[in-house]
Amino acid sequence: MSTEPLTDLPRQEHGRWRAHHLSLIIGAAITLGVIAIALLSLVWTPHDPNPTPLPIAERLKPPAGAHWFGTDIYGRDVLSMIMVGARNSILVALVAVGIGVGIGVPLGLFAAARRGWLDDFIMRVNDLVFAFPALLLAIMITALLGPGAINAIIAIGIFNIPVFARVTRGAALSLWTREYVLAARVAGKGSALISIEHILPNVLNILVVQATIQFSLGILAEAALSYVGLGTQPPMSSWGRMLSESQTMFAFAPHVAIFPGLAIVVTVLGLNLLGDGLRDMLDPRLRRERSAQ
Amino acid sequence: MRKALGRSLGRSLGSAALAVALLTGLAPHAALAAKTDVTIGMPLEPPNLDPTGGAAAAIDEVVYANVFEGLTRIGPDGSVLPALAASWDISDDGLVYTFSLREGVTYHDGTAFDAEDVKFSLDRARAEDSTNAQKALFAAIASVDVVDPLTVKVTLSSPAGNFLFNMGWGDAVIVASESAADNATNPIGTGPFKFVNWVKGDHVELGRNPDYWGEPAQLEKATFKFISDPTAAFAAMMAEDLDAYPNFPAPETLSQFEADARFAVVIGSTEGETILAINNGRAPFDDIKVRQALAHAVDRQAVIDGAMFGYGTPIGTHFAPHHPAYVDLTGQYSYDPEKAKALLAEAGHGDGLTVSLKLPPPSYARRGGEIIAQQLAAVGVTAEIANLEWAQWIAEPFKGKDYDLTIVSHTEPMDIGIYARDDYYFDYHSDAFKAIMEELNNTTDPARRTELFQDAQRQIADDAVNVFLFELAKAGVWNAKLKGLWANSPVQANDLTGAYWED
Amino acid sequence: MGSFVAQRFVSLSATLLAASIVIFVVMEVLPGDPAAYMLGLNADPAAVAALREQLGLNEPVLQRYLNWVGGFFVGDFGLSYTYRVPVRELIADRLWVSVPLALMALALAIIIAFPVGIIAAAKRNSIVDAVIMGATQLGIAIPNFWFAMLLVLAFSVGLRWFSAGGFPGWDAGILVGMKSLVLPAVALALPQASILARVMRSALLDTLHEDFIRTARAKGLSSGQAIRHHAVRNALIPVMTIIGLQFSFLLAGAIIIENVFFLPGLGRLIFQAIAQRDLIVVKSVVLLLVAAVVIVNFTVDLAYAAIDPRLRRRAP
Repeated sequence: MSTEPLTDLPRQEHGRWRAHHLSLIIGAAITLGVIAIALLSLVWTPHDPNPTPLPIAERLKPPAGAHWFGTDIYGRDVLSMIMVGARNSILVALVAVGIGVGIGVPLGLFAAARRGWLDDFIMRVNDLVFAFPALLLAIMITALLGPGAINAIIAIGIFNIPVFARVTRGAALSLWTREYVLAARVAGKGSALISIEHILPNVLNILVVQATIQFSLGILAEAALSYVGLGTQPPMSSWGRMLSESQTMFAFAPHVAIFPGLAIVVTVLGLNLLGDGLRDMLDPRLRRERSAQ
Repeated sequence: MRKALGRSLGRSLGSAALAVALLTGLAPHAALAAKTDVTIGMPLEPPNLDPTGGAAAAIDEVVYANVFEGLTRIGPDGSVLPALAASWDISDDGLVYTFSLREGVTYHDGTAFDAEDVKFSLDRARAEDSTNAQKALFAAIASVDVVDPLTVKVTLSSPAGNFLFNMGWGDAVIVASESAADNATNPIGTGPFKFVNWVKGDHVELGRNPDYWGEPAQLEKATFKFISDPTAAFAAMMAEDLDAYPNFPAPETLSQFEADARFAVVIGSTEGETILAINNGRAPFDDIKVRQALAHAVDRQAVIDGAMFGYGTPIGTHFAPHHPAYVDLTGQYSYDPEKAKALLAEAGHGDGLTVSLKLPPPSYARRGGEIIAQQLAAVGVTAEIANLEWAQWIAEPFKGKDYDLTIVSHTEPMDIGIYARDDYYFDYHSDAFKAIMEELNNTTDPARRTELFQDAQRQIADDAVNVFLFELAKAGVWNAKLKGLWANSPVQANDLTGAYWED
Repeated sequence: MGSFVAQRFVSLSATLLAASIVIFVVMEVLPGDPAAYMLGLNADPAAVAALREQLGLNEPVLQRYLNWVGGFFVGDFGLSYTYRVPVRELIADRLWVSVPLALMALALAIIIAFPVGIIAAAKRNSIVDAVIMGATQLGIAIPNFWFAMLLVLAFSVGLRWFSAGGFPGWDAGILVGMKSLVLPAVALALPQASILARVMRSALLDTLHEDFIRTARAKGLSSGQAIRHHAVRNALIPVMTIIGLQFSFLLAGAIIIENVFFLPGLGRLIFQAIAQRDLIVVKSVVLLLVAAVVIVNFTVDLAYAAIDPRLRRRAP
């Protein structure tokens, strides 16, 4: 027993690596599967997700035969709606991440390169955004701009900006003290060029991990906003709205509320596993630790 | 158990014990005795409790006939009944109403009710700085005079056929000058129930008024609980947290209640004409062919089935079907997509149209909107749906006339007169219709009034002002043992005066 | 230390000032007139104008901003447009629901997360650890409003153990009041417990590399004993930080859960107030929530600085 500590740590790290390998594989598989379904919905769904006029006589059919996931209150095919909803969720979350990366990363790079009052100012504005509880901020923005998918993207995207700015700045700051950056500086390269050529490639790993996390938070946020009626508007299918519309029917037609809920859970779970796996694979700190053993 | 758990997790987790106590030591249900209290569910919380200072229907739903009374009151069948005025005389020219008031009436705070209160209430409502939402009800009044403590003379500037009906509205209740200013938070009226308590965001509690002038209420306590979420309302009824939900918001769940012997489901009528309102002032809807096309494109029955699960009566004009003067015009624009397409082509929109469809929160609008959007799509009209909150809906379509189409239920009784308003959100202007309304206002003969009402109904149907969808049904769900609630909704009220528990 | 506190305090005040301006401007441009909303569809325009005057909506913008912020310092948040009672009372009432709910959810989260995190750390890389970590991933992925719906279906409509929602008021008895908060607290606690358990586990594993643990192990303590006796105390610092953040999150994050269970808390107040354009309430509640977040962060900063003097110099 007293010799255990000697063998304990290396074995643990080895097992840990394997475990995260597994979560990377499972996460990537789920995520790719959801993306594939979303893309498939562009060309094919089992039924028209929004037929004209609505087949009301077919309403609330339990899962069977032609409708694997049953039909909703207007007789629409739930599976088809979930497929289209996947496209909607992914699009909203992805563009919101894009906003965060597109604005936050340059801000973070800039702040790290320049320091001084501008850095202070950017960080203070970040603090300000962070001081608002995230969902509250999104609700205020959509109340201001009106409900809709585009405004939901903006609301979620605005919160992503400081997240990426902060992560980028933090990682970039430590890089600026490295020898090769100092060497480039001595060689007369401008800070913008250094940021792009030397800093950015080295923070990419962290950004990929952060993007995965924000992607999954974005899916949850879109569902929450649509659930309270401020997100995606009809006739576009949205998982969150499917949940709010089917709530009253939960007791006698549970399929209409269970399947969209499961879709959210599976997608977010996949993304989180992927993020965890990626972090372990890409995070330089962890990798260093691992190679040191 | 509690001790062991606390120790094993460390001192910082003392709160664990609390939670365990909570999970195991739940208070038992009270023994079932004869109930003398009732808990009523309502979708919206009233913003305040002063019916003379706000339009919210929720105010009347709590206090009308329970806490506050007017000179007259509207009965369950929509008739005008005496209330604080025991009787009245109308002069031959229809201009002077002399009300004889009830004796021995006191307010809940003990102050006596007399003719001065009537004068105060009516003058306050029609004053320059009045914030009464239905100021128009009092527009005809020229003067209010106190003859003696139990007699009031109201003089009108022109005859008003429905003056007595107007005086039965919640906005026309009689308040005391001493307490009027605080009625928003501490309502003092003359009714069979007194205000007891208001837990904001949750419920209002009323208690029986032992000094009521009329037959006292049978219930000792009435609680109005505000549950807007249909799911929560369903769960609360099923869990018997509520005894009644007189205006149940989720028609899809009614079959569940019908199948359950604990509950009674009563379908009654309301004064809510639900319409697909059209912005008549905006192209292309200024063209009657386009409006007619919309009317032919909408399948009312499908909307009723889909949005309301079959509860609702189709209408062809803006009038309540249960009213004696109603004309059935549902056949005038039958569901006919081909004809709709032809009309659109004639109007020069054969290759389609894109319009906005702005929807307020109620499920009849949201669901009806989705169904109608798909019906319109079938005739080449693309409706872009925007779901709005009420405040936004009032600002955009209603005040700003910033909309193409919207769906809303007009729940005020006998409100066909809104089509004569120049600045109304339909933006409909018809001299013919205004002439009919003008004559109606000056007519007291019931037979002629009926004719005029029917002319008015035909006029707006001929002009296809809006697409008239259906009369909103009132789906009440209540405990099978609870009796004496109103089935219909001639005014928005939950009159509990006659409510009682069986056995 | 004094100048550090002063510096952090200035930064806190600046954030709050900026937040108050942002909130005020947003409320100004929000479409919808509170007076028109209150008087409804058939309202007389003259009555709407009279009400606007009565509510003080016709005063100049700067005047109204100063009135509002000035009122904050003396605890006068103005009169709610819709309820016509002081906003302060309204908020105080709601805090009596939201704070106990947040505390209960936090307590539940801690009760679940601590043992789970400790077990996962003690049995790291075993099947037990894998199952626990998988379960926490699931807990994070489940939208809490969906989980809340499942809880209502099972425990209110099905088993009828709890009422489906609503809050009877503390007057009805403390146990009765707490009972009505159980399901919402469980729904709120699930994701928080999952996060906390993961933080607990990784904080414990981090301390395992520290010298004192190695010493303890060398002295013959088993891994589990070492964790229980030495590591937990040291892991508490990062865990406490997360708990602090979770509390302010729970206070505001209950918006949706309060709607599912129709609880009269701050979250539902703000949601209703936005819908009803009771802007004076929205402004004050949002600023209050922002202040709560900022002050919690400030306190955590100070606590860190007190523990670790090196951090004081790092201050911006």
